[in-house]
Amino acid sequence: MTNPDLQGLHHQYLKGLKREKRLVRFFQVLIFTSFFVLWEFASRLHWIDPLIFSSPSKVWNLFIQKSVDGSLAANIGITVTETILGFLAGTLLGTLLAAVLWWSPLLSKILDPFLVILNAMPKVALGPILIVAIGANMTSIVAMGTLVSVIITTIVVYTSFKEVDPNYLKVLYVFGATRSVCFKQAILPASFPTIISTLKVNVGLAWVGVIVGEFLTSARGLGYMIIYGFQVFDFTLVFLSLLVIAIFATLMYQLVELLERKLIKND
Amino acid sequence: MDFLTIKNVHHTYFTKSSMTTALSDITLDVNEGEFISFLGPSGCGKTTLLSIIAGLIEPTSGTVQLENKTVKTSKNDIGYMLQQDYLFPWKTIEENILLGLKINGSLTSTTRDYSLQLLEKMGLAHVIHSSPKELSGGMRQRVALVRTLATEPKLLMLDEPFSALDFQTKLKLEDLVSTTLKNFNKTAILVTHDIGEAIAMSDRIILFSPSPGRIHKTFVIPNELKSLTPFHARNHPQYTELFQKIWKELESLDES
Repeated sequence: MTNPDLQGLHHQYLKGLKREKRLVRFFQVLIFTSFFVLWEFASRLHWIDPLIFSSPSKVWNLFIQKSVDGSLAANIGITVTETILGFLAGTLLGTLLAAVLWWSPLLSKILDPFLVILNAMPKVALGPILIVAIGANMTSIVAMGTLVSVIITTIVVYTSFKEVDPNYLKVLYVFGATRSVCFKQAILPASFPTIISTLKVNVGLAWVGVIVGEFLTSARGLGYMIIYGFQVFDFTLVFLSLLVIAIFATLMYQLVELLERKLIKND
Repeated sequence: MDFLTIKNVHHTYFTKSSMTTALSDITLDVNEGEFISFLGPSGCGKTTLLSIIAGLIEPTSGTVQLENKTVKTSKNDIGYMLQQDYLFPWKTIEENILLGLKINGSLTSTTRDYSLQLLEKMGLAHVIHSSPKELSGGMRQRVALVRTLATEPKLLMLDEPFSALDFQTKLKLEDLVSTTLKNFNKTAILVTHDIGEAIAMSDRIILFSPSPGRIHKTFVIPNELKSLTPFHARNHPQYTELFQKIWKELESLDES
């Protein structure tokens, strides 16, 4: 029996992997570019109404113009700040609420139906009330971003607190630990991966809250650009805002994912 | 004066639809330095009794006293080893073994050195900065033993600590635990359903009968076996004899 040429086979296997990767990349680039090329041509040849659907070149020109006068950067800055504040506050507040519920089983039983109602309720519907109560400013928009994510965070993190293996607590109780020591030593660190993953979900949710909040206050930010463009029938502005939102939402999500990988690996 | 006194302990678990009496009229005295095994089929309340002795649950009636103090107030005198190691995966081995000292506020350079020496004695000094998941099952259970001994408990509870290990590791660990506890003159209570393990390790075996759990019979291990390490005890002719006796007793429990 002859030994198989392992080196050669491995080489072939690597080559196969590379070929597949190149194929995937090729189609990704193809879809991306043909989307914009098709959009441009469809608009120029009036297959679609250029007034409603604009075109990549018009969006690009507007992008240059808004970049030069600095208004785009200002709006991006506002929206991104609001979103970051919103999702951080949502995650922190949700975790804090979960800790309170864990601390008092009686309280968690009492609050259970209210949490279910709040969770089922579409939070953006509370927008107008928030704005009337807090004022049409950044605070109410951040509050929107927070509100959208806080209840679901509470529920998910509380569930994870409850699912921590009780034997870890047994180990601690035998050492004479109090409930707060148990929380610090076992409950919180064991739920850390869950908290990080809610962070990822909350990035997306905070964008929803913030954009809706900006629709309603109609003063500044990318959401405002969309609603303003819609009102003056300038859909080039709407598309520009949408593309910018797509880019920044993706970037933020990727950053949180990177953070997640870093933190979980250190476990 | 007895070291540990368990007097008329009853325990009943209540649920919405039922009451289950787990333990009924348990009275038992344990001397200092003694190694006791609780043997019996599952559902005879062995672990419940262990939790009561450790002060983790309060018995429905009856008292447990360790050196004439109720166990609630002498919490730090008791160490507890579980079926699995339950090392905290996000802590290093060092943080894990110092956990008990940190919690009961007795972490000083002396107690720290003592813990590190224990780790060294278990042949694990080199893993001090590792994380638990890098260790094998046997190593992890040895670390758990160090963590339990680090607070210098007077009484050790061993709740089937070898049941999750492979046979070879189990035999080695039995020897290690047995000699370590003898050297430190610790009192220990082992819960097990492994007859051989109970004979090889203990000075006295308490056989429990199920539903409700009560003490069925007590076996005193002959001195010839007591003086041997668990591994060698298993090869002694008296071991087999005693094994048969306990086996028959367990069989009769099944029939009744």
